[in-house]
Amino acid sequence: MPNSGIDALLSVNNLTRLGQGLAVTLKLSIISIAISLALGLIYGIAMTTKNKLLYGLLKLYLEAFRVIPLLVWLFLLFFGGARAFGADTDGFTASVIVFSMWGTVEMGDIIRGAVQSIPACQRLSAEALGMTKARIYRHVIIPQAVRRFTPAAINLVTRMIKTSSLAVFVGVTEILRVGKQIIEFNMMKNPMASFWIYAFIFVVYFIICYPVSRLSKRLEAKWEY
Amino acid sequence: MGILARGDDSVEILKIKGLKKTYGGKTVINGVDLTISRGEVAVVLGPSGCGKTTLLKCVNGLESHQGGVILFNGQPLGEGGLKWTLARQKIGMVFQSYDLFPHMTVLSNVMLGPLRAQKRAKDEVYAQALELLDRVGLSDRRDDYPRQLSGGQKQRIAIVRALCMNPELMLFDEVTASLDPEMVREVLDVMMGLAKRGMTMLIVTHEMEFAKAAADRIIFMDEGVIAEESEAGDFFKSPRTERAKRFLNTFYFD
Ligand SMILES: Nc1ncnc2c1ncn2[C@@H]1O[C@H](COP(=O)(O)OP(=O)(O)OP(=O)(O)O)[C@@H](O)[C@H]1O
Ligand SMILES: [Mg+2]
Repeated sequence: MPNSGIDALLSVNNLTRLGQGLAVTLKLSIISIAISLALGLIYGIAMTTKNKLLYGLLKLYLEAFRVIPLLVWLFLLFFGGARAFGADTDGFTASVIVFSMWGTVEMGDIIRGAVQSIPACQRLSAEALGMTKARIYRHVIIPQAVRRFTPAAINLVTRMIKTSSLAVFVGVTEILRVGKQIIEFNMMKNPMASFWIYAFIFVVYFIICYPVSRLSKRLEAKWEY
Repeated sequence: MGILARGDDSVEILKIKGLKKTYGGKTVINGVDLTISRGEVAVVLGPSGCGKTTLLKCVNGLESHQGGVILFNGQPLGEGGLKWTLARQKIGMVFQSYDLFPHMTVLSNVMLGPLRAQKRAKDEVYAQALELLDRVGLSDRRDDYPRQLSGGQKQRIAIVRALCMNPELMLFDEVTASLDPEMVREVLDVMMGLAKRGMTMLIVTHEMEFAKAAADRIIFMDEGVIAEESEAGDFFKSPRTERAKRFLNTFYFD
């Protein structure tokens, strides 16, 4: 029987290593997403400011992440930062910082949009019913803002999980890097290894991101009004 | 809502004295005195920008005023008087844009205020909501969302939403102005029905025929003041002021 090369994937040792790589990917993503949510809430609410100067600065920060590739940010912090400050930044920390800075502005922009999309007359009609400010927020403003925020935020979460693979370029041993190591190790005796390993990683990303993206679609449909 | 005797002049429900409102430096309401009796239907007419909406919003505190007093059942409203959140539970308001809460069903829209602002019992509010919806012919739409309704239906629900609070006074601000012509009637009919039941109403409208039919009294405003106040019949037959004549003429074609 000809060697299909799938044994590069099926060895217990390799699967364990891929699993560890996946754990790093998830850890990196989850930490960045959590920070982005927390700081994004502050950033997003700050974006609704009437202060032109503050808004200008926040907007500039947002645009900086929209126009400059994330990889450039990552290199800048990892290599440039190490040079400039003599700090020995490790790849994982550098990745968390850059992904969080980026996630914060994207999450913030979504939150800003959600809050601002609630028309002023909604608040006015609730006030006309004699409701207190707190109750208006609880029953009228927040439920509507959350409905507009959630699908876009979930979408961003899948983007952040996918983007975490950039960490491979600053030496983080996440799933993609583990895959490459296994392929390089098997290069001579098993040329098909790269196919099986990448196919496996493909499926793993799909299994993680697809349900999340489906959830976002489901919520969108459910909350459509 | 109780059935009240019509036109009982002895009971003043709303008394506005020397009301002043400014936006920035601009005076928009410049000394308005107005008394509304229980059961009375008063229609406010006047050219665009004369301060009709502002007057209504001052009455329930959606806009602050800079001078004068507003008494509701003899009690001053706002700072030092009856709190606005409480006042608004007795003074219902319906706006031009039928802004129902889009994330709630018709029934939830109607029940929100009574449950969350007035903290009334759910069973009782539910029964009243159904009865009121039935009265405007929309009880079968109770589980629909606002997006499933026509403009006229939404505006009738908005009226029911205000009525379910058992208001003593209703404010209407051009509630038919953004409706398609064929839907105007169904909303005006609901308001006529309210007038017949003795609801006290302060109505801003550009529907002259409706004003003639529903109003006890016409309050004609111009440039932030009440320029003329007359019995409805007299106003349309023989307006006393030049300004009112000119205003009425804009509604007729030669
Ligand atoms: N939020 C605001 N800020 C500044 N000026 C305002 C504001 N709201 C209303 N005005 C001004 O106050 C004046 C009265 O406005 P108001 O909306 O009460 O008029 P209106 O009689 O209801 O007019 P319309 O028939 O067009 O509805 C107008 O000159 C308007 O430009
Ligand atoms: Mg107006």
